Amino acid sequence: MNPFDFLTQTIRIAIPYLFAASGGVIAERAGIITLSLEGYMLSGAFAATLGVHYTGSPWIGLLTGIFGGLVFGLIQAVASIRYRANQVVVGIAINLLAIGVTRFFLKLAFDSSSNSPRVAGLGGNSAWYGFDNPLLWMGLLVAPALGFILYKTPFGLRVRAVGEHPDAAASLGIKVSLIQYISVALSGMLAALGGVFLALDQHQFTDQMTAGRGFIAVAAVIFGRWDPVRAALACLLFAAAETLQIQLQGNQFIPSQFVEMIPYLLTIIALAGVVGRAVPPAALGKAAE
Amino acid sequence: MSSRFREHLEEALFPPLVALLVALICGDLLIMSYGQSPATVYRLLLEGTWGNAYGFGQVLYKATTLIFTGLSVSLAIRAGLFNVGAESQLAAGGFVAALVGLGLSPSMPGILAIPLCLLAAAIGGSIVGAIPGWLKVKYGAHEVIVTIMLNFVVLALLNYIVAAKIHVPETLHTPEIRAGGIARLDSFIPAFHGSAANLSILIALVTAAAVWVYLFKSKRGFEMRAVGLQPEAAEYGGVSVGGIWMRAMILSGAIAGLGGINYVLGYKQYYEEGFAGGAGFLGIAVALVGRNHPLGVVLAALFFATLSQGGLAIHAFVPKQMVEVLQGVVILAVAMSVPEVRRALRQARKPVAA
Repeated sequence: MNPFDFLTQTIRIAIPYLFAASGGVIAERAGIITLSLEGYMLSGAFAATLGVHYTGSPWIGLLTGIFGGLVFGLIQAVASIRYRANQVVVGIAINLLAIGVTRFFLKLAFDSSSNSPRVAGLGGNSAWYGFDNPLLWMGLLVAPALGFILYKTPFGLRVRAVGEHPDAAASLGIKVSLIQYISVALSGMLAALGGVFLALDQHQFTDQMTAGRGFIAVAAVIFGRWDPVRAALACLLFAAAETLQIQLQGNQFIPSQFVEMIPYLLTIIALAGVVGRAVPPAALGKAAE
Repeated sequence: MSSRFREHLEEALFPPLVALLVALICGDLLIMSYGQSPATVYRLLLEGTWGNAYGFGQVLYKATTLIFTGLSVSLAIRAGLFNVGAESQLAAGGFVAALVGLGLSPSMPGILAIPLCLLAAAIGGSIVGAIPGWLKVKYGAHEVIVTIMLNFVVLALLNYIVAAKIHVPETLHTPEIRAGGIARLDSFIPAFHGSAANLSILIALVTAAAVWVYLFKSKRGFEMRAVGLQPEAAEYGGVSVGGIWMRAMILSGAIAGLGGINYVLGYKQYYEEGFAGGAGFLGIAVALVGRNHPLGVVLAALFFATLSQGGLAIHAFVPKQMVEVLQGVVILAVAMSVPEVRRALRQARKPVAA
């Protein structure tokens, strides 16, 4: 196995996770449980495909994809913040809704129940191993950027305050709901970019193409203890395990199902506190009064 | 009718009614986006489900699994726990039931073989339920995340065992069980011919009744609900909260596991990869719409089964995926209206300040 191939493939596999996990980190740091990353990614992938299909421009597709994630992010925000619905239920509902909506409109727009026609993508010169795709670079930079925002800017300080001590934050004049709305909207748009990357990379939308990647991102958020950079490292670790499995295929070294389990098993172990305890933001899931 | 009972009933009934209204409006828009008439499509949906014996049989079949998973989620919620793992508990229950059914002698009478397979299904599900319970009680690991993560682990493990050890070549399923099959309804009522409905529906209804008795008529159920409402107060009152949580997760897993019999013993007679097909997740919706009451769960399971079967009935006019959108809309609308309705009703009932 060639280490260069291994590294580049790991990064390509990690990009959707990196976007989605960053989305998960910001919403959860603001105190909103986010199990809806899968739905955001799927809607982003579909909206991007629609955008490219009707305009021919992948850049417009990028924007429509972000908009798709924003719509579902706002549904999550209104349901959990304005209506104080159970955030776990809302996340599950959004995932179901995204599957249903993308399937319905796949049929309506392309008269297919499996995939869209081929659309243009970004980059694609095989000599570059995918590194001529600007979205890939965005994916690599999103976690450090989010880390900077969360720890070095006034907005980030507010997000963290809202997620840890909403009452104290409110008494200092911070608009708790507003910060949460912004964080959840950003979360939807960031995770959607993961889906946009997938759709443009594969040059089409296919039914349920995110295939559980949103949940791997949820695992990375927890395994990375709600920190953007540690979550990003978790994404790279999970992606490396997948790459190893793909490159060892046919080798019958480890059955693929056991490699699939790795992110989830590691997260359960992290939650149980065997290697350093994963402690969530203090006010996670508690809607402010 | 006592006024307290009426208050409970109002709080329980308004959110699903609001949700139904919202879903109908969304459905109208989707149907019209396809250039069809909502009245025609809704009529087809009802005719294809409650309007003929085959369709109704399919509704009963789909409702059966949902009753089990809905009861599973409800029981855990009554203890203050959110079990998102019904999907893998269901799969594990079906898998273990199939293993036992495979191991039994074909000459064993059903009266012995079926209870053995039921027990196996319950044990299979309860093992998967016990893990998050134990991790929560022992290490404080949040059950929502653990059950979600465990779904993937358990399903991958089952897929591995089936693919590597016991599948029928060229398929993703095990050989047929040798004993423990549950009779289909069409063997008593010929009109149900062709539908998958089977006597598991009776076991589901008995389980619903048993959960009702346990939760509302037994001391243990009272303790469980006390823990669900106020864990600190219950602990202070001498109840072992950890013990109750452990018990709740084992029971919840066992009930979800029992759901596996509907497909494995009643329909196909084998375990197949992916047979749970989201019924575990839909169990959360069923529990939510059924307001965590066994009777509500049965009605909500029939509702979601009708939607799911109805999608097939309207497919010639509007893509069946429409009902998946409506499922999501119903869940969101109920989740959003529950706290809202409670607040509005309490506001309205408040005596006017003197």
